[in-house]
Amino acid sequence: MERKTQVQAAEGKQELTITREFELPVELLFRAYAEPEIIEQWMGTKVLAFNGQKFGNWQYATSDKEGKVVFSANGTFHEFVTDQKITRTFEMENTGFGIQLEFLNFEALSDDTSKLTVHILYGSPAERDQFLKIGMDKGMNMAHNRLQQVAEKLK
Amino acid sequence: MNLRRDVFQAIADPTRRAILVLVAVHAMTAGAIAANFDTARPTVSKHLAILTECELLRQEQNGREIYYHLNPDKMKEIADFIEPFRQHWDDKFNKLEDIMRQYKTKK
Repeated sequence: MERKTQVQAAEGKQELTITREFELPVELLFRAYAEPEIIEQWMGTKVLAFNGQKFGNWQYATSDKEGKVVFSANGTFHEFVTDQKITRTFEMENTGFGIQLEFLNFEALSDDTSKLTVHILYGSPAERDQFLKIGMDKGMNMAHNRLQQVAEKLK
Repeated sequence: MNLRRDVFQAIADPTRRAILVLVAVHAMTAGAIAANFDTARPTVSKHLAILTECELLRQEQNGREIYYHLNPDKMKEIADFIEPFRQHWDDKFNKLEDIMRQYKTKK
């Protein structure tokens, strides 16, 4: 399997980098990060606020079937340069996790391909690792749910 | 102070990371490990206790000496926890790509 998405997280560092190449022109890649109705589709979350400009704010929330909010996050844009970069803060609400700083870099590789680099800074190496660990737990839950769905179909 | 003894806390400390690098080459006694650091021997002993407690190091008795070995399984665990995170973003980005392809054809 081709590994399109790469994560670099050196041991003991308080940062990580996610890189991904897309078969999309950079304009379309940027739109996926700049238009709330598109963000909602691929992130699978509701966009409650989105003010794509310097000092603009953003807020996402995801609810379960009963309407209970299971994930919510917010932040502020510090840079918002079309087809080039977004610098923003990210805070997961009601989790006790610290705020992180994200540098998103959008780059055209050709007319039809582009590259996204997400560089994230955490408060400390321990915070970064805890964040990654939670991500893993979530991933495990998702895999478990999927397995359950498949199992139920077999009944 | 309530120290949480998990691997992630263990590797957050630079001295403990240096100890892991040393022991990765070959098993060593506490004395031999301490000789590589300027820090006081009890401080090194405390680091070894933490690394042992979270199973990054294993103790092995050899005659009168206790040797510290690296536990490769636990080290792999650290590398493994990045993979689900990567997978999560890979799924999201695949979805992004699919959705934006539709916008491309609409143009």
